[in-house]
Amino acid sequence: MADAQQATGLHGVMAEFSDATELVAAAKAAYADGYRQLDAYTAAPVHGLAEALGHDDRRVQTFTFTGGVLGFLGGFALCYWTSVIDYPMNIGGRPLNSWVAFSIPTFETTILLAALATAGSMLVMNGLPMPYHPVFNVEAFRRTASSTGFFLCIEAIDPRFEAARTRAFLEGLHPRAINEVNA
Amino acid sequence: MLDHAKEAVPGARYLAPGHNFGSISDKITGIITGRTPFSWFIGFLIGFSVLQLLLVAITYLLFKGTGIWGVNNPVGWGFAIINFVWWIGIGHAGTLISAILMLFRQHWRTSINRAAEAMTVFAVACAAVFPIFHTGRPWLAAYWLMPYPNTMALWPNFRSPLIWDVFAVSTYATVSIVFWYVGLIPDLATMRDRARSPIAQRLYGMFALGWRGSALHWQRYESASLMLAGLSTPLVLSVHTVVSFDFAVSVIPGWHATIFPPYFVAGAIYAGFAMVLTLLIPMRALYGLHDFITERHIDNMAKVTLATGLIVFYGYCMEAFFGWYSANQFEQFMITNRMTGPYAPVYWALIFCNGVVPQLLWSRKVRTSVLPLFAVCMAVNVGMWLERFVIVVTSLHRDYLPGSWGMFYPTVWDWSTFIGTIGLFLTLFYLFIRVLPMISIFELRTLTPDAHAKGDTHHG
Repeated sequence: MADAQQATGLHGVMAEFSDATELVAAAKAAYADGYRQLDAYTAAPVHGLAEALGHDDRRVQTFTFTGGVLGFLGGFALCYWTSVIDYPMNIGGRPLNSWVAFSIPTFETTILLAALATAGSMLVMNGLPMPYHPVFNVEAFRRTASSTGFFLCIEAIDPRFEAARTRAFLEGLHPRAINEVNA
Repeated sequence: MLDHAKEAVPGARYLAPGHNFGSISDKITGIITGRTPFSWFIGFLIGFSVLQLLLVAITYLLFKGTGIWGVNNPVGWGFAIINFVWWIGIGHAGTLISAILMLFRQHWRTSINRAAEAMTVFAVACAAVFPIFHTGRPWLAAYWLMPYPNTMALWPNFRSPLIWDVFAVSTYATVSIVFWYVGLIPDLATMRDRARSPIAQRLYGMFALGWRGSALHWQRYESASLMLAGLSTPLVLSVHTVVSFDFAVSVIPGWHATIFPPYFVAGAIYAGFAMVLTLLIPMRALYGLHDFITERHIDNMAKVTLATGLIVFYGYCMEAFFGWYSANQFEQFMITNRMTGPYAPVYWALIFCNGVVPQLLWSRKVRTSVLPLFAVCMAVNVGMWLERFVIVVTSLHRDYLPGSWGMFYPTVWDWSTFIGTIGLFLTLFYLFIRVLPMISIFELRTLTPDAHAKGDTHHG
């Protein structure tokens, strides 16, 4: 795969490191060198890695909150509309708007929508499901990324990217291996 | 904690030393890709055979209606609600382990949360059988239970605890499945890369959604996991609270008590931990998981069982106290009748199983030797079922007027349905350990030094 040199067919250059310490150091170095379109791949969450790459995405929490608010309003509206407006019925002399009783279904819909928004937004923002991704073209990645591998990939869309120069830069970080990633 | 501060990697003491990313992946995926032990086939066969009993019982129920069960006036609620509450309660330990212990940063949850969450999902599935089929005509249950615009323009009554239950349990089932699945995604990716047969690769690949372990993905993933844990925590407490409202909101002596919500929640966690231990002790021995599920794990789970067991026992004492102190003749009669009436042997068996036997767990020796602990857990499983039987049946069988007193005797169909759900549970659990990683691989990896960049201050 190393000889696939057509500039358009290149997703990026990928370096493999032997542990999390080296990978975080390499990520910091690449970021300091000015690379911004880069990603690191590990089989377990490594604290500080995303931050080293300049990512700090806290939007999932916003979606959780929004989902919760919608669930709360929707749940209460459902109870209120069905019991007060559409089919008012006197049950045991309780007020039509029995908000204390309604609070329980409302609570449950709040949790439900917040949870669905959390999981859904995480997947959508991560672009999952994604059946194909160029990084899987690297054989070592396919074999070890989900178990023992630590990878850093600088992507061709980065303005500073230049196949030869980027490769030389990564080599300076003493990786275990370097692979070009075909798109 | 002192030994916590000494650790280079938080939680490392909950993993046998010397493990790294590779060894953990090999060991856990090896259970699935390797040869299936003969005992698995035996266990699955037993579970699957018992499941057939459920299918027969349900088929006959649909032909004849709920008259085949032992319920009648005055005991209109019988096995269906007993078993429903029992199963739902068992599920609670899974959520406690996966959500509440995550918020408290209890690292020992890491190697048991996957199996416990699976237990939750399957227990909720078993529980769901009862409310659905006790309607007798489940194809009509949709408009009885769910608020959807139907041709009769009817809506469920949102002031009824039974509809609260529908919302609580269906939300609980949905959120548990979502949480479980989200937790599985990175491990499914590992399975995709490890599976040998092309069909398995495709199936794991499909469910792994193309997960590739990107740092940015992990960041959002961890944030989503934490949010889900935060949402599941109040949810799990609400579910058994709402289940207890089915009883507490009524005016039946023995049910109408303010202690019910906390007492039910504690009972649920108690029953659930006993069931987690019942499942994990044989699983650990069968698959040689002693490196991951260590003595500390077993000891901790036994401690939680003891603590919640004491809360439950306090609940029993308070029920008796309330009955006496209420100065209400119906309450007093109810508690006396419970202790000395026709169901007294059930009550005392319950006190023995849930109040006396778990006291053995004060001894560290019992907590860490698997056979005695397993026996205690079996007693708790039985005891918690008896508790629901006592609460449901003894409260109903002596109505306010002696003229409407009666007895409840379960029929063969009551037993078949109940035992059948145990078959359903075992079948699902055996399939789970056969096709999915029974221990969270990626979370165990975080307990190794590999996952921690040195010289970086991490936050646990």
